[in-house]
Amino acid sequence: MKEYRSYFLKKLGWFVVTLIAAFILNFTLPRLMPGDPVSAIVARMAQGMSNASGVQAVYEQYTELFGTNKPITTQFFIYIQNVFRGDFGFSISQYPRTVADVISASVLWTIALQFPAILVGWILGNALGALAAYLKGGFDRILLPFSIFMSNIPAFGMSVILLVVFAVNLGWFPTSGGYGHDLIPNASPEFVWSVIVHYQLPFWSIVLITIGGQAIGMRSMAIYELNADYVKYARFLGIKDAKIIQYVFRNAMLPQITGLALSIGTMVGGALVAEIIFSYPGLGTTILSAVLGGDYPLISAATLIVTVMVLVAFFILEIVYGLIDPRIRVAQSE
Amino acid sequence: MNHQLRQIFQSGRFLVGFVIFLSIVLTVLIYPLIIPDKPLQIVSRGTFLPPGIYASIYDSMNTVNRYTLILDDAASKRIASKLNAEDRVAMQEWLVGAGVATADLDINDTAQLLETWDANFDPAVRLPGMTNADRNYYIRLDAKLDGLLATEDAIIAAMNPTTSTLEQADAITQLDYVNIGEVSNVRILLLGTDNFGRDVLTELVSATGVSLGIGFVAGIVATAIGLVLGLFSGYIGGWVDDIIVFITNLFTVIPSFVLLILISFSIGQEQRGAITVAVVIGFTSWVWTARAVRAQVISLRNRDHVNLSKLSGHSTVHILVTDILPYIASYVVMALILQISSGILAEAGLSILGLGPRTTEVPTLGLMMNWGMIYQAHILGKWWAYFPVIMTIALISFSMNLMNTGLDQVFNPTLRD
Repeated sequence: MKEYRSYFLKKLGWFVVTLIAAFILNFTLPRLMPGDPVSAIVARMAQGMSNASGVQAVYEQYTELFGTNKPITTQFFIYIQNVFRGDFGFSISQYPRTVADVISASVLWTIALQFPAILVGWILGNALGALAAYLKGGFDRILLPFSIFMSNIPAFGMSVILLVVFAVNLGWFPTSGGYGHDLIPNASPEFVWSVIVHYQLPFWSIVLITIGGQAIGMRSMAIYELNADYVKYARFLGIKDAKIIQYVFRNAMLPQITGLALSIGTMVGGALVAEIIFSYPGLGTTILSAVLGGDYPLISAATLIVTVMVLVAFFILEIVYGLIDPRIRVAQSE
Repeated sequence: MNHQLRQIFQSGRFLVGFVIFLSIVLTVLIYPLIIPDKPLQIVSRGTFLPPGIYASIYDSMNTVNRYTLILDDAASKRIASKLNAEDRVAMQEWLVGAGVATADLDINDTAQLLETWDANFDPAVRLPGMTNADRNYYIRLDAKLDGLLATEDAIIAAMNPTTSTLEQADAITQLDYVNIGEVSNVRILLLGTDNFGRDVLTELVSATGVSLGIGFVAGIVATAIGLVLGLFSGYIGGWVDDIIVFITNLFTVIPSFVLLILISFSIGQEQRGAITVAVVIGFTSWVWTARAVRAQVISLRNRDHVNLSKLSGHSTVHILVTDILPYIASYVVMALILQISSGILAEAGLSILGLGPRTTEVPTLGLMMNWGMIYQAHILGKWWAYFPVIMTIALISFSMNLMNTGLDQVFNPTLRD
């Protein structure tokens, strides 16, 4: 267990370092934007105001409010302080809502949608891939080209196709939103049912995209393992097929966990765009409205939250990997 | 080299992928030669014209040759186009509701139906349970039915400038036909028009070209950065390796999609041309190439021929280029192919977020998708505005992945089935 602790601490240290780097990138990149975001919001506020000094006063008030008049290093320290207090300032496009308010209204939707969907897609994909490698023949011949083609349909494309078929043409599911637009979020059965119905299409489109890529990966890993020497040796010893399959599956599984960790960022990116297609009230839709409104505090905060989510998922997967793979413990004790 | 090329082209998967990809590229190159329209030219008023052949009504009337065809089903087709089965049922409902007819009125007997209708329909009558929309529908239906069974000619009249009266210039009988090849203005819109009234097919072909270009530039940039970092990191080792590995690991974990959003947003709408977007995509996606190249170089750097080269006093760059690069070239090409296809996808994702190239000059696949979504083509059932775009993206990426797996099988014998 001592070896595992050192592995854990190493991963934890790496997690902290990447978190800091993510902070710095998230702060600096949006602020390099040419043009002054405050003047955009003032222009909107000042529509119909004829008094020039009045407009000037509004401008100064907003500059003070968003802190864009201070040097960038000061802004950074204020930002760090505020982030740790959970205060991301005011949203420019949805003023007077605070960024924290906007984000907290959407982040749960995204987490509740994406993580189960990616997990289910990963499990189904691996099961199908392993099955294809084991059964070979007709199943494999149908599944492989199908998976390759499926994994090449972009996330938004799959969403649009599902939306058109099941929501527009068949009318089984609603076309947009996270719950019925005539409902107020509460715990009534009516609201919960509405959420479940709205959940289906975004969920299955993410699952379907995930399945393809995972099935291909698992299939080639499993084929590789099935041809390995230890499998032949086990067969010579007369060990039952079912037992061998267990070993093969376990060994083929390990790279798939790493694969999931490394591709989780891309998957989340694709799923955010899928959210937009369904106008799902999650972070993807929030990012879209922030982009359209030129709202840098909101973009910065939303992307920071996405990054933190991905980093946490990555960290958890590495920890799980360390628990499953005995070689990690050996490598650490050397 | 020749042997390997032959092997590559014997691989079924590579060949299928290559043929699909080549036909896409050829279409992009040849189409503008045949139809030289500007891709963003607005050709129609009104949005989302459905796919089809559009012939000028004015020119068909003025065509020199007029042919007479005697076709049995012409009249029934003419009636069916104006009065479909649903309309007939609705008419029956109205008549039954108004108490004029019984439910056994034969709605397929057009003459009888129209006669009963004309004799009884009154737009002022409101049946119980009839909404305003229903009422308007019946009024529209009634107007449409006017002259449905007429057999007289259609008269074309021209204004006489001196007397200001209309004089018959021509009459068109129901048996008159034009040969569509002789009509001077016929426009084929195979995929209809989009929300701005632009020819979708022309736009799609041009967008495919631009998107391929974006993918290519992004792929080259990403592969170049990844290759250089990977080569130096793997070969030189020491602190150079440590730093590069640190940066690589950092960008492996921080999602490139987030960086892409932040950078594209920072650049601002005005500066965001297609090439800029491509370079930005390249700058955020070199990580995989760098990792893989480094791993391969490490396995190569202690080979005998590399050591020999070192002893002969060759420079580092010389060794990297002549002794190491040839061994990883096949891998780099495969990585490039994947980078190109993921670059095209990244552009599309960015455009849907409203962060794609600025919209005034060229279309891209992502922008077309974005326009389709903003104008709700998918909700309105205008499939031609978005479905061909999705299929094009999927086909490009499918063909590149097929080529990639084909190459993989040739260069990695362990993967052959």
